[in-house]
Amino acid sequence: MKKIRIGSGAGYAGDRIEPAVELIEKGNLDYIIFECLAERTVAAGQQDKESDAAKGYNQLLEYRMERILPLVKKNHVRVITNMGAANPKAAAEVTLETAGRLGVSGLKIAYVLGDDISDCLEKYQDCTVLEKGVRLSELGESLISANVYMDAGGIIEALEEGADIVITGRVSDPALTVGPLVFEFGWNVEEHPEQMGQAVLAGHLLECAGQVTGGYYADPGYKEVPDLERLGFPLIEIDESGVFTISKVEGSGGIVCVDTCKEQLIYEIHNPKAYMTPDAVADFSGVIFTQVGENLVRAEHATSHGRPETWKVSVGYKDCYIGEGEISYGGSNCMARAELAADILKKRIKLTDICLEECRIDYIGYNSLYKDTLTRKLQASEPLELRLHMAGRTKDRQTAERLACEVEALYTNGPAGGGGVVKRVSEVLSVCSIFIPRDEVTQKVKYLEVLL
Amino acid sequence: MKLKEIAHARTGDKGEISNISVIPYDEKDYKWLRETLTAEKVREWFQDICHGEVVRYELDGVRALNFVLDKALGGGVTRSLALDKHGKTLGMALLDMELENNISGESV
Repeated sequence: MKKIRIGSGAGYAGDRIEPAVELIEKGNLDYIIFECLAERTVAAGQQDKESDAAKGYNQLLEYRMERILPLVKKNHVRVITNMGAANPKAAAEVTLETAGRLGVSGLKIAYVLGDDISDCLEKYQDCTVLEKGVRLSELGESLISANVYMDAGGIIEALEEGADIVITGRVSDPALTVGPLVFEFGWNVEEHPEQMGQAVLAGHLLECAGQVTGGYYADPGYKEVPDLERLGFPLIEIDESGVFTISKVEGSGGIVCVDTCKEQLIYEIHNPKAYMTPDAVADFSGVIFTQVGENLVRAEHATSHGRPETWKVSVGYKDCYIGEGEISYGGSNCMARAELAADILKKRIKLTDICLEECRIDYIGYNSLYKDTLTRKLQASEPLELRLHMAGRTKDRQTAERLACEVEALYTNGPAGGGGVVKRVSEVLSVCSIFIPRDEVTQKVKYLEVLL
Repeated sequence: MKLKEIAHARTGDKGEISNISVIPYDEKDYKWLRETLTAEKVREWFQDICHGEVVRYELDGVRALNFVLDKALGGGVTRSLALDKHGKTLGMALLDMELENNISGESV
């Protein structure tokens, strides 16, 4: 029976490279995916592209391709990645140049277009913005990007045309895995709901790479994980039944067990019966994991219920500025001095007319994560050191800078013994969502070739 | 007994929604946990943090609970003024919840 092995080479934009190299060398893979887009990444990439038309793709693309291209060529592993971000064409060109420079020949590089609909937003002005309940038109001039979470269609087409490297912009994260599986096994949601559910499950478990092999899991004394400094990334082996195993290569660090799989199964899903992806509405409610060997877990009983008729569009817009400052207080009575500092800051904001949409003051090491009610419930005593953190949201950069400077001024104007000030001002790009009919999105696949 | 003694958790984020899985180490404790750890308890625990509804989903297959907390991320991951904008540390505080220790041998 045909078995397909897919590895995961990255779980976020800046992930480690060694585990990907290890997977290509020792994983006996057919495919490796690199998932590198968070919610805001494409919007930020769009801004990079505006200042330099040749940019806008993942910043580690060239570095990663240098390391992996000779190996994927040698071991016949096909690469699927969303490292194209806001500029898949430029990413494909850089990959082509890199292959040429390294003397890797006979590679067909595909890039997938169609997710960027920023040029036709006119017709969606009346769409309701999910997070805000207002019409898109109300965001006005501040829009900077609009990218559809596309299905695996473009990836499948590229694989059918023989592409060795497939570079996309925004596609749903599981699509990077669903693509090769549909290409290999010919599944569709109508005839193969269980297999499509399993395909989405495989993609979901692979997309954060090390998070299913023991990363983000260790809690000394409760959950032990060996050798996190050389954490192995996951690979799946799947056949036409859709049942698959998840593992990592021998000798790598980390752990693959039922509990690492359970944590990642539920990571960032809401209703487990309706995990929405453009390829299928997956149902994980009946999923069963079984430990079948050391660092080897079998996954089965995911299914799916059709596919959505509308696709999500992530709309990036210029939102606001945040001004921040931090200062530490230590020793006995540090809490009283930190609270005095906070009181001074609040009065200064009023006195000097700093206009803030929202302001927040926390004490790092005390209540910055869980606020007051929980902190009082869980921690009785005062710490030996505290770090005051103030952050405020403003409409313009200048006001954010003024706010940050007020924290610095506590050195010479505030309570005794403050130290270690840092201040920061950042422009905030936010994203929101609209939904559009799937048949209004057209994927286009283009090719570049390194000839023999 | 703290929840942490019998279960582990992982926290994820989407927009302004946080989701926290609660997974008993021993699958035999799932039924008891399902009866004990209600959405209402979780909402009250995070009263300063979660300003919306808490919905609990049950995953009978893997024997785990998923709590979905609306309006829990200070205006959303991008614009939140919190240090932990993603709310990734929330699950660990949930595990500190004190529960009445009445798990009995026949809790299956």
